[in-house]
This record gives sequence, C-alpha cells and structure tokens, in this order.
Amino acid sequence: MQNSEKKQLQITACKVRMGVIESTYGAKAGHPGGSLSAAEVFTYLYFKEMNIDPKNPKWEDRDRFVLSKGHTTPGLYATLANRGFFPVEDLPTFRHIDSYLQGHPNMNTVPGVDMSTGSLGQGISTAVGMAMAAKHTGKENRVYTLLGDGEIQEGQVWEACMAAAHYKLDNLCIVVDNNGLQIDGAVDTVMSPYPIVNKLEAFGFQVQQIDGHDFEAIEAAFAKARETKGVPSAIVVKTTKGKGVSYMENQAGWHGKAPNDAEYAQAMEELKAQLAELEA
Amino acid sequence: MAEMKKVATRDSYGAALCELGATCEDLVVLDADLAGATKTGVFQKAYPGRHYDFGIAEANMICAAAGMSTAGLVPFASSFAMFAAGRAFEQVRNSIGYPHLNVKIGATHGGISVGEDGASHQCCEDFALMRSIPGMTVICPADDVEAKAAVKAAYEHKGPVYLRFGRLAVPVFHGEDYKFQIGKGEIVKDGTDVAIIANGLLVYEAITAAEELKAAGIDAMVINMATIKPLDEELVLAAAKKCGKIITCEEHSVIGGLGEAVCSLLSEKLPTPVKRIGVNDEFGHSGPAAALLKQFGLSSEHIVEVAKEFCK
Repeated sequence: MQNSEKKQLQITACKVRMGVIESTYGAKAGHPGGSLSAAEVFTYLYFKEMNIDPKNPKWEDRDRFVLSKGHTTPGLYATLANRGFFPVEDLPTFRHIDSYLQGHPNMNTVPGVDMSTGSLGQGISTAVGMAMAAKHTGKENRVYTLLGDGEIQEGQVWEACMAAAHYKLDNLCIVVDNNGLQIDGAVDTVMSPYPIVNKLEAFGFQVQQIDGHDFEAIEAAFAKARETKGVPSAIVVKTTKGKGVSYMENQAGWHGKAPNDAEYAQAMEELKAQLAELEA
Repeated sequence: MAEMKKVATRDSYGAALCELGATCEDLVVLDADLAGATKTGVFQKAYPGRHYDFGIAEANMICAAAGMSTAGLVPFASSFAMFAAGRAFEQVRNSIGYPHLNVKIGATHGGISVGEDGASHQCCEDFALMRSIPGMTVICPADDVEAKAAVKAAYEHKGPVYLRFGRLAVPVFHGEDYKFQIGKGEIVKDGTDVAIIANGLLVYEAITAAEELKAAGIDAMVINMATIKPLDEELVLAAAKKCGKIITCEEHSVIGGLGEAVCSLLSEKLPTPVKRIGVNDEFGHSGPAAALLKQFGLSSEHIVEVAKEFCK
C-alpha cells in the first residue's frame, strides 16, 4: 500500500469517526464505542475492498455487507455518507423521529444498507444466505459481515459458521471486532468467547488475526481472504473500543452512550486535530 | 360423505413445491433436518440443486432464507410449526418481518393432531405469534386442494407468508376447480341461524356438524377462513349480520388465533355473540390424533353441541 493511499484511508477513517460523534451527539443516544473501534474496517471495506456503486445502491452484482453487530450503526451510516450514499449533513438526524436514519440498520430506508439488523447473531446468518444465493445463481459477488466479540456469545453465530463451512462459502468473509468489551464489562469476564481464532478454525474457517487499526494489515488480510478457495474466511481484528476519542478508549461505559455538550466538543476537537495532522 | 379421499396437507406442500419447481427457477427449499417429515423430501429428490438442508438449526435457516431472498431467490423455509414459528419467532420477526422480505415459511405439524409426539411438538400458538408480526400473511388450508393452491398463491405473493400444514390425513372436500385467493374466505355452505367460521382440519368437521344441525332444525352457515391474516373482514361482517351468532373453530389456542381475530373485528364493528372452539389455554399430550381431536373438542360432535346450546 502506498503511503498516499494509506494516508487517504486514515483521513477517511477520521471523518467516519467524526460522523460517529456527530450522529450519536445529534441522537443523544447510540453506540459510539464499537463504531469507533471498527472505523478502519468500515473504511477499508467501503473505500477499497467492496465492489459497489453509491449511485446504484441496489445494483444486483454488488458485493454485500451485513452489519451483524447492528448497534454500531453510527459507524456504518458515517461510512456510507462519506462514500456518497447519502449526505453527511443528515447524520445528526440519526434516531430522530421520522428520520430515515433508524436506530439500527434499515435496508428499506437507508441507501447502501444491504440488510436490516440489530438483533445480535442474525446478521451472519443472513450473510450466509446471501453467499449461498450468489453461489446458487453463479454470481461472482462477495459477502462481508462484521460481528462483535460479545455478539459471538449468541449460539446462532455458530450455527451460521457451521453452515458457511458446510456449503464451502469462500465468497464469504466474516470480520470479528475483538475490542474486548461488551455492555456489562470485559468479554472474558462476562462470558469468555476465547479462544476466538481456534474456535473459528475448528468450525472450518481460514482465520487471520490482525491489528484492526492498521490499513496495511487489513489490506493484506482481505487480499488473502479473497484468494482463499473452498472454505470461508474470518478476520479477527484486535481493536480498541472507542478508538480516537481519548476518554472513550477502552471504556465499556461508552458502549451505548452519547456524548454531552462538553464531551462532544472535546471529541470533535481531538478528531479535528488528528485530521489536521493527517492532512498536513 | 363416506369414502372420501384423505391427504395430509404436509404431503400437499411437498407436491405443490414439486409442481412449482418445474417452472419457477428462483424457488429454493430449505429444511432443518426434517425433509422427510415436512414432505419437502420429494422436492429434494426432484430438484437436488435447489434444496438446502441447514441441519437442526432453525434460527440460522430462517435468517439464511432472509439473506437469500435479498438476492432474488424465493425461499420456502420448512420445519415443524413449533420450531419455525416458535423457536425462530424472533428471527422471523426481525430478519423477515421487519424488512418485509419475500420469504415463505412452510410449517408442518401444526396443532395437536401431531398426535403421539405430545405437547412439546404440538404447536397451538403459531397463528398468534405469526399474526402479531406486521405485514405477515398467515394461511392454514383445509385440505389437499386448498393447500396446493395456497402454496402457489404464496409463491406469487410478494412478501412474507406463513403457511401451516397438518400431519394427519384429512378429507379432500374441494373440487379441483376450487379457486383459492389470499385474504378471501369461502362460503362452503350458506345458512341463516349461526355462522361457523373454521380453518384447517376443522372446516370439514364444521361441514359435518352443519349436516347434523340441519336435522335438528338449525340452518348453519359454514365459512372456510384459510387466511387468518389479512382476515376477510367483509365476509365475517356479512355472516354476523345475516346469522347474528358466530362460532369459530381452529386447531389452535383460543388465545390469539382465528377466534380472537374474529372477536376483535366484531367487537369494534358489529358486536355479535361469539363462541370460540379451540384449545382452551392448555397443553396437549400424547395419543392418537383422532382421539386427541375428540378429547379436546375439536370435532363435529362438539361443534354440534356448542351450536345447539347457542341456538336455544
């Protein structure tokens, strides 16, 4: 990856983070922590990896993305807006009454959303269905889904993993955002999902574990997933929950809480400084 | 009406899927290790490339069906009513109902006529669960002819449909020329004293009851209300107006099914006395289907009894 491209992706990820803060502040609700931890994954998928067309969101042959950890909607919406699916200016209407930016991803109201999600564990199954449909109809499109490390406590996730391997869905790539925190605390104290890599390997996935904030590692992992044949791919991304906003980092309390006026001002100040440094 | 041909509507389901399979390339059938019992095995045999087994994992099957439908396929996800509507309720609600996806749920083994397996497998709550989901169409056909027609109508309908079929072979009383339409009830027999509104295997029981009632001087109307949602309100109101008394019959809990749908409508638009025949807020148990139906009052004898008392 060239430095200029890496810098551009970092700039975009920073803008996505700003969108996460704008939307959760505007909503006075929402889930910033897991949106910020996945900003690089969202950015890479929508700005580099996926074959999509913001002018034609329902294009039949597009790659699909399912936000299985649907509560991190602010991250997805901010990414879609920055990619041109809808105006960035609409982000503060997130969760407002009558806004099309519903509290969890809605495929019928938000351009670019491929599946309505929010109830944990279901998104990955729908992604399995999409990947099966692509194979069934002989299409070349790929299917991506992002799960939380708390979400994989849901038994349905493993039903889906079993099916993905059984049907040899090499057009499916699942990403697990391993930020280590869920609502009630650290994932390994609430109900440990570890060892995540070994579990996914046992279920028949080609598994990689990478730094989820490093674009070069992300690029290499998605490239390897693309080349993997006969089995589904999984990328476990080690991330920092709340990444980019100092007081939110590694705090379970910022899983599902909106910043107040002072916190909003500080978050935006920090992110603007990061952006200025990247653009310098 | 002796010597009538009997067919279980689960067999009709499999047969109809096979017929549709010949022309409908986008139709796929999904199962959760019950293809032999849901009778989709015949489709699997005829079109192996369009049948997907998900193993004993109904939640995943339902959501995978949702995902397939977003890519233009028309999946028929099949299992027992208990697991399709019961176990996977929240998957149906959130991944099919909320986005209003074009998925058909083929639920066999509805009601207590499942028989020997007992209460764990006798689903008497599926109408209640499925009709509570906005935009869901809920159908329980009465016999082989109607069941096949309902499967075809469900395929042609754009949006989610829940189809309930039975395990027990039941009389085929419709002629092959019968025309089924989603949301339209059928007047099987006209009458003036009491209207019996039934679905599923209770329709034939109601027909039998009406014949006996005739001998007792009671002229009963019999309506086959295969579509529970959307309810044919016009027909219910017309029957209430004409007869002034309604009896609902269903192989389902009296809570949340056809009876309650009819009562909700009438209480708001045309208050009319109603007697509900169904499973009275209790679990079923093991036994031969025919004996269970009699024991739980899901029989022509019980309908006659209720109607006579009602029309005194």
